Amino acid sequence: MSILSIFVIIPILMLGGLFLSKNMKQIRTVATVGSALQLIAAIALVVLFCGKRAAGDTAEMLFMADHVWFQALNIHYAVGVDGVSVAMILLSAIIVFAGVFASWKIDPLPKEFFMWLILLSIGVYGFFISIDLFTMFMFYEVALIPMYLLIGIWGSGKKYYSAMKLTLMLMGGSALLLLGILGIYFNSSADGNLTMNILEIAKNNAIPHTLQNILFPLTFVGFGVLGAMFPFHTWSPDGHASAPTAVSMLHAGVLMKLGGYGCFRVAMYLMPYATQELSWIFLILTGISVFYGAYSACVQTDLKYINAYSSVSHCGLVLFALLMWNTTAMTGAIMQMLSHGLMTALFFALIGMIYGRTHTRDIREMGGLMKIMPFLSVCYVIAGLASLGLPGLSGFVAEMTIFVGAFDHADTFRRVFTILACTSIVITAVYILRVVGKILYGPVQDKHHLELTDAVWYEKFSTIVLIIAVAGIGIFPLWVSDLIRESIKVISERIIQ
Amino acid sequence: MSYAEFLGMGAELSLMAVIILLFIYDTFASQKSGKYLPITAVSLLAIQTLYLAFGGIQEALLFGGMYSTTTMSNVAKIILNIGTILVFIQAASWVKDDDMKIRRGEYYVLTLITLLGMYFMMSAQNFLLFFIGLETASLPMTALVAIEKYKENSYEAAAKYLFFAVFSSALMLLGLSYIYGAVGSLYYSTIAASFTVTPLTIMAVVLFLAGMGFKLSLVPFHLWTADVYQGAPTVVTSYLSVISKGAAAYALMIALMTAFGQEALGIWINVLYIVIILTITIGNLFAIRQQNIKRFLAFSSISQAGYIMLGVMACNDFGATSLLYYVLVYIFSNIAAFAVAGAIERASGKLNINDYDGLYKTNPKLSVAMMLAMFSLAGIPPFAGFFSKFFIFYSAIETGIGAMYVLVFIALLNTIISLYYYLLVVKAMFLKESENPIAPIKSDCYTKTVIFITGLGIVLLGLVSWIYDYIFSAVV
Repeated sequence: MSILSIFVIIPILMLGGLFLSKNMKQIRTVATVGSALQLIAAIALVVLFCGKRAAGDTAEMLFMADHVWFQALNIHYAVGVDGVSVAMILLSAIIVFAGVFASWKIDPLPKEFFMWLILLSIGVYGFFISIDLFTMFMFYEVALIPMYLLIGIWGSGKKYYSAMKLTLMLMGGSALLLLGILGIYFNSSADGNLTMNILEIAKNNAIPHTLQNILFPLTFVGFGVLGAMFPFHTWSPDGHASAPTAVSMLHAGVLMKLGGYGCFRVAMYLMPYATQELSWIFLILTGISVFYGAYSACVQTDLKYINAYSSVSHCGLVLFALLMWNTTAMTGAIMQMLSHGLMTALFFALIGMIYGRTHTRDIREMGGLMKIMPFLSVCYVIAGLASLGLPGLSGFVAEMTIFVGAFDHADTFRRVFTILACTSIVITAVYILRVVGKILYGPVQDKHHLELTDAVWYEKFSTIVLIIAVAGIGIFPLWVSDLIRESIKVISERIIQ
Repeated sequence: MSYAEFLGMGAELSLMAVIILLFIYDTFASQKSGKYLPITAVSLLAIQTLYLAFGGIQEALLFGGMYSTTTMSNVAKIILNIGTILVFIQAASWVKDDDMKIRRGEYYVLTLITLLGMYFMMSAQNFLLFFIGLETASLPMTALVAIEKYKENSYEAAAKYLFFAVFSSALMLLGLSYIYGAVGSLYYSTIAASFTVTPLTIMAVVLFLAGMGFKLSLVPFHLWTADVYQGAPTVVTSYLSVISKGAAAYALMIALMTAFGQEALGIWINVLYIVIILTITIGNLFAIRQQNIKRFLAFSSISQAGYIMLGVMACNDFGATSLLYYVLVYIFSNIAAFAVAGAIERASGKLNINDYDGLYKTNPKLSVAMMLAMFSLAGIPPFAGFFSKFFIFYSAIETGIGAMYVLVFIALLNTIISLYYYLLVVKAMFLKESENPIAPIKSDCYTKTVIFITGLGIVLLGLVSWIYDYIFSAVV
């Protein structure tokens, strides 16, 4: 039993604990203790991983374990992590932990809420640790379906519509993915020893080039749907706007990263030839995501929609950077995943808390919140500054790395696109500052708002955890990029050669 | 033929023994002791299933090659038995009703006779035996559909079922007579050896497929399904939708792969290709609009039949294994759905999906069972349906034919449509609220047992890999 399986076992135990819980107190205890254990395990994993790397272990994946599952079909339960997965696991653990506190007072059906949330997290952790295509795909789908009930039951607004749209679009993506995975598997080896193990498929490098050109779009679009790639992003604004706070946090913070992670781990890593051939198409699409998301965010009046479109823009930037396939840009992409995950989670947590008080998310109906709830407002400003890329916070580091790396490319087409994408930073500043100016400063719009209170302890705790992480990446960027750079290098070198 | 050889028919002989024992028991039991009939039926069938699994039945070819037992057919019979046991437990509360009390013996004996017919159909190596098995399965089925004869729906359903059954049998017989005319034999092996493609034989194969299409309710031969499913008693519907379908699919696969496996392959594979696409798509599209849960499940089962047929298309070991595995998972998922629908129908008389609004608030356990069934039918991991769908796609792509990729792609797109309507049921139960939801239902122990076993099966059948391995080892 590998140490990695802990990340799947703890949530399963949590499910059992939640099932047996009788009252709110027990539910909270199980959720808090479980997610804290996850966080500790994730930190321990980072430490162990760095220790092993420092001791000179240069294997591509560490902590590998392999159990045969379906013998006849070559399906294994195979796990292993490289620097990127480790970083993603830590990100997930932080956000789940913060999410538990953000949904401290969830109502109705708290028990079911946490059970679905934890089931979702099983999918997320499982996905990041798997190196077997089937297991990976299974966990991917496990992470998707709880969204339907989480949004449908605990959501707000046009929740039925959003939940159904989100589920069907993401499942549509996974249908493409399934075909892609089967295609990859049946061409995984030239000598008939078919395998589902990602590392072995990469080593065999046997997928014919013509087939790569078919399978690459299938898998890239399949994962790209979850990564909110234009034109498959339309589930994202509706879904995020309707979802309850913790679900928005987890979804924008972690689930959308599954898309980006899958894109490079499966699509790009396994099909380097097609990546080179076809990346221009997806570069255009993701470029549109970056732009279109940012512009749309400027005209929205609902706080959650603003943030959802901003997520489309930022996640578009992740895929955009990945498609530059050089080490610097890809490292930037992963850092952007981390940074965006944390700050979006922070944003959604704060929006949820503000909405819980004002009962409106329309920025036209709010104003002067800085005086009324200073703690939440200050946190909102911090999240905003991280989002628009202020040095010292995570956004700056990520975007800087991305644009430096992307411009490094000798290709004129890519350089032009990079310059265009750079302008999105300016637009980001426009919509962030617009919101900050409108709702935090200025006159109080609704005199009932004057009676509102500031954050209580569990809300403060949730936001502070996230702010520490955001600032952590901003202040110690090297520490993070060292963790992921080596792993990225393996992949980018595979594509370039 | 020696006695020892005769024991190769152990499956049929033991089932016949069960039927006779039950018949004697029902005839001589008093009104009071008769109430143990359900439990007797279940335990006898369970013992017979254990005999099939561990009784060491040898592979055999009997009656001059008309009948064969293989490990594969044995596993198929075990799977059908498990399904029948589940249906019998589900039926136990139904046959306690006053109207059904006097007919409960008939219910059990008739059901087992249809099962016997399916056994013969699955073991047949000659189209005559195949046809006899098919008819043995069909005619008692009509009586079962009409068993609640005081209800008009039941009458109508039985009449429709009978007409369609007879018509499809006639079509099939016509096809078989052409084959006899062209080849001069009805043995699978002889047909396989001396089949030549002529207009006559093409016609024959198509007619045979059409006849089986009726049994399996493949589009365009599906028109009877929804009415019969709706009209028949829920317990009979669940038997009809899983066991009949599973047996017919397996028997069709054997016939196509052995008798029409070489020269005739090109004929039926193209026909089936189109039929599968139509079946999956049309079944799905019609299911979206259904309000009555039984009609809904009827259309869903039509589209599921299309997925099952993908295993036949693959024409390899993986295909056969995946087909059997799919049937097993489908048995558990569909019986779970019917058990919940039946429990709600019995308690409140409500059958519309709209009536399920807010069910989770009042009946959480039933709702969760229904949700598991829906997720499994839709193919959502970690439930068994995901694995069975994956394996059936796997087997189709394993052939390496480009057209199969297209077929799988269409099937995959259809899983999205199907997810939509399965989620509609989940939505009604969990998301919506109702002013007058169905009152809390106190189900009896039989319903609870079925729901528990099927729920457990839905969760474990996929995750526990040795079930697939067991079927695979029997097929290879």
